[in-house]
Amino acid sequence: MATSVERYEHSPNAIDRMGKTVVYEGELLRHPVYTRFLHWMVGIFFFLALLSGFGIYMPWIFRWFTPLFGGGAMTRLLHPWFGLGFCLFFGLQFINWLEPMRWTDHDSRWMKNIRRYVKNQDPIESPETGFFNGGQKLQYWEIAVGSVVFVITGVIMWFPEIFGRIAVAISYPIHDISALIMLFGIFFHVYLSTIGQPGTAQSMTRGTVTERWAWTHHPKWYQQVTGRDARAAYEEAVKREEARERLLDPRDRDKT
Amino acid sequence: MSDRSTLQIQKISGHPGSVAGAGTQRTDKVCKLVDTTTCIGCKACEVACVEWNDMPFQNTTFDNTYQTMPQTSWDYWNLIKFREHEEDGKLMWLMRKDQCMHCADPGCLAACPADGAIVQYSNGIVDFQQANCIGCQFCVSGCPFNIPKFNQATKKVYKCTLCSDRVGQGLEPACIKACPTGCLHFGTKEDMKFLANKRAAQLRDVSGFQKAGVYDPDSIGGTHVIYVLHNAENPEAYGELPKDPTIPASFTIWKSVFKPVGLLLAMTGFLGALFHYVFEGPHRPQPLPTVKRVEPPPPPPPPGSTGVGREA
Repeated sequence: MATSVERYEHSPNAIDRMGKTVVYEGELLRHPVYTRFLHWMVGIFFFLALLSGFGIYMPWIFRWFTPLFGGGAMTRLLHPWFGLGFCLFFGLQFINWLEPMRWTDHDSRWMKNIRRYVKNQDPIESPETGFFNGGQKLQYWEIAVGSVVFVITGVIMWFPEIFGRIAVAISYPIHDISALIMLFGIFFHVYLSTIGQPGTAQSMTRGTVTERWAWTHHPKWYQQVTGRDARAAYEEAVKREEARERLLDPRDRDKT
Repeated sequence: MSDRSTLQIQKISGHPGSVAGAGTQRTDKVCKLVDTTTCIGCKACEVACVEWNDMPFQNTTFDNTYQTMPQTSWDYWNLIKFREHEEDGKLMWLMRKDQCMHCADPGCLAACPADGAIVQYSNGIVDFQQANCIGCQFCVSGCPFNIPKFNQATKKVYKCTLCSDRVGQGLEPACIKACPTGCLHFGTKEDMKFLANKRAAQLRDVSGFQKAGVYDPDSIGGTHVIYVLHNAENPEAYGELPKDPTIPASFTIWKSVFKPVGLLLAMTGFLGALFHYVFEGPHRPQPLPTVKRVEPPPPPPPPGSTGVGREA
């Protein structure tokens, strides 16, 4: 089978044009270069801000993070800038993803049935699940709200001489809570995009996913980009696998 | 700013584990007593402070009062606050020596996230160690008396040390030494409390100040700078002296209890993800590709075998 290669080099976005996304046979374009660039910039700044923040959050246990950034004073100096970097790049991603992240009735139903998702009960997702599922949208909106909270409380703590001691004292725990919620979420984000749902990580590296991955996790999106029904494609694939299994099974080979 | 060799540390900001000096020494708690009723506002203590601590001389600010400048600064730790005050139809000039109160329960130390940037000696002095300061200014937020001041150039915070360097060598603080009226006293907390109460009683009984009393607020465990006030019920009249100074809960219960609990709750995300993999496993793209089964052919029975040892 020949490998067909599709390149996405005519995107209206300059950063998309700077790189390329090669889509091989059996794959679909998931994230263009611009989205991937933003994702990793957000990720880098997230971890810089997280680790530098940890050194200040509980110094008596996490002070070993501060030498990574040149010591306590330097950590304190850099942390707000890491945070601004995070919020800037997430802000761009926020705009980039506003359309596919719009919350729908199906997402509310998805959240109600989250148990089925957690227990891996359905081989493929509900046919209504589009480019992002309810969980991904929840995280997106959580980070959006959390970033706004970070900026407001962070700026207050950055310039205490302007805002006063009580404003700082109020901002301090709110900033922490926002960070703790995001930290809680990041474990699931990293897990699900790597070992939890194999085949996902390449969507943020090379930018593509396999068709199998697409109809398994995002059936409606699969239907939108290929024009084929996800469940039908899945069942066809099941039949193909069964046929292949018969061919490979030495006990069946003589019968055919 | 201090002499560690003669002063034992009993409390350290942002520090893991115990503090070597906590409760190990027989140390008297020191205390500065400021009798506001005998202060004449001469500013000798301000000059003595600037002199002893080698701080630069600076221009004063004239704002139609007898106050040197609006507030203390990173290089001006001691300021006589001047207030014109009316009480029972009488005009009074209130002078209060404003400096670090050296709280028994210091809000600055509670708020500080830098290991060893703020220490409390066993004699009660609260001291900043600028070498360890990270410049976050949380101490400014934690202090109910608006004392720590930030230096934009060095990104460090400074305040009155109660002349810990002098006290460590058995000397009284510079401001005490300079006071010409004897309104400033220095000694053990016990002695100063005794003296202060005696003076307050005198003000009540002899001078007719019925509300005279001692300012040593319990809400922060008492202070190592105490005032005799002509009206202890209204300390605010002396210029931003809070009646019940408090440390924001952000730097007490939030920091000591909710922060570790919050971190544990956030880490349940890690456990959740890990044990999801352990209990449920990954969700692979469906259907799974067929894996070629390699089933080894059954071994031929050895010649002459009677099947001994095989039960079924």
